[in-house]
Amino acid sequence: MSATRVASPPRPAVDPPAGPRSVPTLLRHLAVALVAALAVLVLSYQLDPFRNFQLATVAAYVCATAGLTVLTGLCGQLSLGHGALMAVGAYTVALCQHALVDRGLTSGALLPVSLGVAVLVTVLVGAVVGVAAARLRGPYLAGLTLAVAVVVPASAVTFDGLLNGEQGLTVPTAPAPAALGSAFPYERWQLWLAAPAALLCLVLLANLVRSRYGRAFRAVRDDEVAARLAGIHVARTQVVAFVVSAAAAGLGGALLAVLAQSVSPGAFGLTLSLFLVMAVVIGGLGRLAGAVWGAVALVALPDLAHSVTDLLTLAPTTARRLEGNLPLAIFGSTLIVVMIAAPGGVQGALSRLGRALRKRRPTHPTHHPAPPDR
Amino acid sequence: MDRFLFLTLDGLSRGAVHAAFALALVLIWRAGRIVNFAQGAMAVAAAYVAYAVTAATGSYWAGFVAALVAGVLLGALVDVAVMRLVDHRSPLNPVIVALGLVLLIQAVLGMIHGNEYLPVQAPFSRTALTAGGLAVLSPYDLFVLATVGVVGATLVWIFTRTAVGLRMRAAAFAPEVSRLLGVDVAGMRTLGWALASGVGALAGMLVVPTELGLHPHAMDLVFVTAFTAAVVGGLDSPPGAVVGGLGVGLLLSYVSGYAGGDLIPLAVLALLLAVMLLRPGGLFAPVNARRV
Repeated sequence: MSATRVASPPRPAVDPPAGPRSVPTLLRHLAVALVAALAVLVLSYQLDPFRNFQLATVAAYVCATAGLTVLTGLCGQLSLGHGALMAVGAYTVALCQHALVDRGLTSGALLPVSLGVAVLVTVLVGAVVGVAAARLRGPYLAGLTLAVAVVVPASAVTFDGLLNGEQGLTVPTAPAPAALGSAFPYERWQLWLAAPAALLCLVLLANLVRSRYGRAFRAVRDDEVAARLAGIHVARTQVVAFVVSAAAAGLGGALLAVLAQSVSPGAFGLTLSLFLVMAVVIGGLGRLAGAVWGAVALVALPDLAHSVTDLLTLAPTTARRLEGNLPLAIFGSTLIVVMIAAPGGVQGALSRLGRALRKRRPTHPTHHPAPPDR
Repeated sequence: MDRFLFLTLDGLSRGAVHAAFALALVLIWRAGRIVNFAQGAMAVAAAYVAYAVTAATGSYWAGFVAALVAGVLLGALVDVAVMRLVDHRSPLNPVIVALGLVLLIQAVLGMIHGNEYLPVQAPFSRTALTAGGLAVLSPYDLFVLATVGVVGATLVWIFTRTAVGLRMRAAAFAPEVSRLLGVDVAGMRTLGWALASGVGALAGMLVVPTELGLHPHAMDLVFVTAFTAAVVGGLDSPPGAVVGGLGVGLLLSYVSGYAGGDLIPLAVLALLLAVMLLRPGGLFAPVNARRV
């Protein structure tokens, strides 16, 4: 990140060295995703229902943070409006599920349809913002997307009749299939819904990042003039990046709404948008693996703050104030410290650690494979 | 017609606050090429200081002065303790750090004062005076307009008539040359932050009584509106910020008066989009001011 405009003798837009592997990228990503899916499956039986639910929430956040990583880390566009895009996906899935239920359709198999519609609607909204955003740079873009983040939740009150104001909407969802048995915890089923969607999203994004488009993103980020000279249509590339990341955010928001079984403007305010930025920066800008770390932090930190305030014996009011605000304070100060001290974030630190270990033991390079980069 | 006159005057009074806030943004932009996204949160922090001081002393004016002092000190502190350490080579870095400050400040305020809305009294009546049967400005509106006018005039005086103002402008526009000529560039930037944050705190003090009350998020929408005003003016020009602020105030007053207050956020977004698409350099920038 700090290197974006720094060490710029216009870098040629080439792939990062692919190493000795010759397996096609798509197959490799699919294999990794399959292993991850199996791991989640096994894990879902080991964890109690609450942890299952938390993991499902992580999966929902992963979609949004991964999308934002592609946009900010790879294409160099900072969006503060992704919380609002998540809200668009969430409200769409709520309206869609209601429409289905009103027609008497309640099968769980229809959920993917609603999710698909949510992604489509978010793509449309993302395209509108993205076209405007493509003409803007740095703080201007941040300001515009900040306006989106503040205004979109507020407009839920404006369109009171459709969106039910501050109250929000419920998201009717089908129960887990009866074939799984009556003792099957619903939270595990939620994880089974959310994790495949997140993995699919990650595979698609990882592939995009390694494709021609991904190279164009990086070229635009590093030097717009050089990218233009190389024949890249800068504005179009930026719009594509924005639309792709909007789609991912929409999916994430829709999943979040399905998990919570409700959606309200309060859940998608400016703070969520800032949290997402925070998550991708702390995770490590420009690395999809970093987006996963960021999503984990988003879910784990409030939980951690809760445990901390439980440990301290405090008056109930103080405890409530601390519990709500401690994660915010931690996130805020972490963000400042990370930006000043270690712009690579968690994933950057891990990569450095991995490289250092490999250097120390050059004879066993396979013992410390690099974390999946980009 | 009466209604139009009332809405116009009301819009000018609202716009004055946004102009002051936009002015704060422009000051920092000129001092260090940073849009201070933490401006709103910093102003809220100053307003909380005022709230505490007023509660302790029983005097609105003691709180008012305390807010200004707190704003100036907070601005200087943010520059010295945080912004100076940030790598400014990518324009995104200071923006992200400012966002971290927003979360941190709002969280600390919430921890100290709670996340409820605290009622804040205005120092003057907010009922409109009538002149010849027409409802015109309230005493509070007059106070707002006068304060913003005094601040604007003072800033103009500082920047055009004093040696410090000259050094600040030099440090902003030609840092290297200024340094060679013996100007403390970093110090001037800190001074710019302090001034801007003081003006922001003032704007916060003026706007909080007209909103629901004091709340860690009280300035979120005000920040967006003021940013819009600053962009309308071009981010680089203090007169542009004032005109932009007044224009945005008028627009919002007409929208809420004729169409409904709920539409204000959407109107702000529409205006921001329109300005950025049609004249991204703002109304006061020469056409070729920004390229590529």
